[in-house]
Amino acid sequence: MMPATADREDSAALSRRTFLKASVTAAGGFALAFAVPSRSGAAGPPQANTLNGFVRIDPDGRVHLTIPMVEMGQGIYTSHAMLLAEELEVKLETIVLEHAPPNDALYANPILHEQSTGLSASIRGFWLPLRQAGAAARMMLVDAAAQRWKVDPAKCTVKDGVIFDPSAKRSLAYRDVVQAAAQLKPPAIDQIKLKPPGKFTLIGTAPKRLEAADKVRGRTQFGIDVIVPGMKVAAIAISPVGGGKPKQVNQAAALAVRGVRQVVVIDEAVAVVADHTGAAKKGLEAAAIQWDNGPNAVVNSASIVAQLKAGSETSGAVARNEGNVEQAFAAAAQRFDTVYELPFLAHAAMEPMNCTVHVRKDACEIWVGTQVPTVTQTRVAALTGLPKDAVILHNQYLGGGFGRRLEPDGTLLAVKIAKHVDGPVKVIWSREEDIQHDIYRPYYYDRISAGVDASGKPVAWHHRVCGSSVVARFAPPLFKNGLDFDAVEGAAEPPYALPNILVDYVRVEPASITTGFWRGVGPVHNVFIIESFIDELAFAAKQDPVAYRRGLLAHNPRALVVLNLAAEKAGWGQPMPAGKARGVSLQFAFGSYLSAVAEVAVDAKGKVNVERVVCAVDCGLPINPGMIDAQVQSGIIFGLTAALRGAITIKDGRVEQSNFDSYPPMRIDEVPRIETHIVPSTENPGGLGEAATAIIAPAVTNAIFTASGRRIRKLPIEEV
Amino acid sequence: MAYVLKINGKQHVIDADGDTPLLWVLRDVLQMTGTKFGCGMALCGACTVHLDGAATRSCITTIDSVGDAAITTIEAIGETEAGRKVQQAWLDLDVVQCGYCQSGQIMSASALLMSNAHPTDSDINDAMSGNVCRCGTYNRIRDAIKLAATGAKP
Repeated sequence: MMPATADREDSAALSRRTFLKASVTAAGGFALAFAVPSRSGAAGPPQANTLNGFVRIDPDGRVHLTIPMVEMGQGIYTSHAMLLAEELEVKLETIVLEHAPPNDALYANPILHEQSTGLSASIRGFWLPLRQAGAAARMMLVDAAAQRWKVDPAKCTVKDGVIFDPSAKRSLAYRDVVQAAAQLKPPAIDQIKLKPPGKFTLIGTAPKRLEAADKVRGRTQFGIDVIVPGMKVAAIAISPVGGGKPKQVNQAAALAVRGVRQVVVIDEAVAVVADHTGAAKKGLEAAAIQWDNGPNAVVNSASIVAQLKAGSETSGAVARNEGNVEQAFAAAAQRFDTVYELPFLAHAAMEPMNCTVHVRKDACEIWVGTQVPTVTQTRVAALTGLPKDAVILHNQYLGGGFGRRLEPDGTLLAVKIAKHVDGPVKVIWSREEDIQHDIYRPYYYDRISAGVDASGKPVAWHHRVCGSSVVARFAPPLFKNGLDFDAVEGAAEPPYALPNILVDYVRVEPASITTGFWRGVGPVHNVFIIESFIDELAFAAKQDPVAYRRGLLAHNPRALVVLNLAAEKAGWGQPMPAGKARGVSLQFAFGSYLSAVAEVAVDAKGKVNVERVVCAVDCGLPINPGMIDAQVQSGIIFGLTAALRGAITIKDGRVEQSNFDSYPPMRIDEVPRIETHIVPSTENPGGLGEAATAIIAPAVTNAIFTASGRRIRKLPIEEV
Repeated sequence: MAYVLKINGKQHVIDADGDTPLLWVLRDVLQMTGTKFGCGMALCGACTVHLDGAATRSCITTIDSVGDAAITTIEAIGETEAGRKVQQAWLDLDVVQCGYCQSGQIMSASALLMSNAHPTDSDINDAMSGNVCRCGTYNRIRDAIKLAATGAKP
């Protein structure tokens, strides 16, 4: 199911072909049209990459679906294809998937206003537009058939890409009417007829991943697998201290290695270009680079934490202020004040950072798996001075993203190197470079306080979030009045009844460490803090943690349902052996409600073993229960890995961790059993790519407290 | 000097330094990109191939150390009975997510089944804990190995 590239097809075939264009505009409007593409005037991009829209039907009947968001393991190629195929009435297994080229006008996510795959917004953003695109295409095809038969299109029926006349005696396949349909006017947005949910035949079922057959045979092309004729490969070393520069490079020694072709020295890095990566790495080692570390060589984790601690003692930008918090604290029967800390984290996707670039005089061609194709294209245009349409980006399957590939830095670095190379070059980062030059999840130093009444209920609440702002760097116009909306997501709107609540945000930027989005973004840090703190309040009130939460959820029925479901399925309240306990957590994030119960064993030495996790999910109408379970498993394991032992630390300006030995992932011998329970719902779908990453840490730390009395207010759980 | 490598039943003459890791010969010289680079230190298993049927990390296996051993990669593992069953089980249980680690997972699982037709959970842990999956497909991997071994869904 390789995305087709038109440079493999002859122009005659292209001129015969008819395309259906359907698009979501950046403003969230909807446009749809048939068009016959023309190669004339197409600057650079091969034809298939200049297509607009989601649906294309070849004269031979093949249905191509262009998926606006990228596939990085979350299953969106399958789920988005289901939305289109449901309304288009074609068999899922017959369609051809295509990567979307960079084009915000066509493929921007209506929630994010750009073509970015992130914030668990792919289903939420495209739930309606993709069904509309599929339905509009179907209506035009049916209209074309009805005109040929001279019958009422409303009385025609469609099944699996075949249109039947009202008598059901005559039929036409889509391919037979696609040329005629191309001449019709697309239906107006309010004329598009969507199926009622009761008629869904695909949505709500669990078809398997469309790209799985290639993946199990090693045939899927990830960015790192791209091969371009005449291509060289490059290994790179980036200054180990941010802002440092290469001081001495033994180019002669590097060039003496067989297979090495060139040494490229740029401001912040050295690249060795060779015939194969083995030679490039050997050459890089031979180059024995010495660095001028610059002023950031004095930065340490301790100095950063001190900086954050000082920041947390000042008041911040107000995210929410309701009731009268000051009065409520004064009137409270008891007050609790705590500090919670969460570390820097690396993404460590399995596919190390890489990018293939061919810089030519009049164009820059790029092959990369990226979550942000249009942002990358714009940034490369600025870097090279080329017009945007001369930056040709071929997106690829991503070997994991987790937010790392929301950043164009790897591509920009590759372009800087490729400018010095005659011909295409594939730049591959080592695992060490990948971990030591990540854009890290911020370190958070949060203060949270509550005043409770005589019954132990919180009547006053103050949460101060303190950390670097990803939004201020990533999307400056969205950073308003000192407030990072993402940093407080999950903190500003906890699921509980909190009559007097103040949430503020203090921005502190640590020197030399760039921070970015990490799977679970704002909620992954705030949910840990709120759910831990709520547990602290429950224990202080001598109440059962589930019962205590129920008491604060009378206004929030969907949250109550997932909490009760998780508790019931986990056997909450049933006795556990000594040294074992259950812990619970609850959240509303990314439009979905989750509750988890973790069963944890703590041995005499304090070693933690998470044995079982039960997760209840209300993500609105479940589109593909198989993908939902996979994302719950995936998110829990990703979040649990970080909670147990994930930490990036800085010494003398350098990241101390470097590979899977010092930044250890969870392995098969330590994963818990994970059970997913989906709440049936007809609400609009919520996001789920990141939700389970946020839910797990507090369920585990709350269980550790019950099992051992140890309250964890600083992650990771294990000593670093 | 040149090295003769037997890969998926075919002989290849490789003109590269003897200390070149097999991984890069496969990926860059022979353009067989199914075998993946993950860590370069045998810590993640993404680069797993078989040498005479034994799971081997190609990122630290130099070509001068291979000798006459028959190399099998993900591109040809489906031609073995164990490999075919493992790939089918992976599809039946929809194991993959991003898929990047799965070549290595399938190579390790196939090697396990070739030497042990009915692995216990503990055998699975021993054989598979060298393979990292950041998407967290581990529970389905375990189930798929059992399915491949027994023909029954666990």
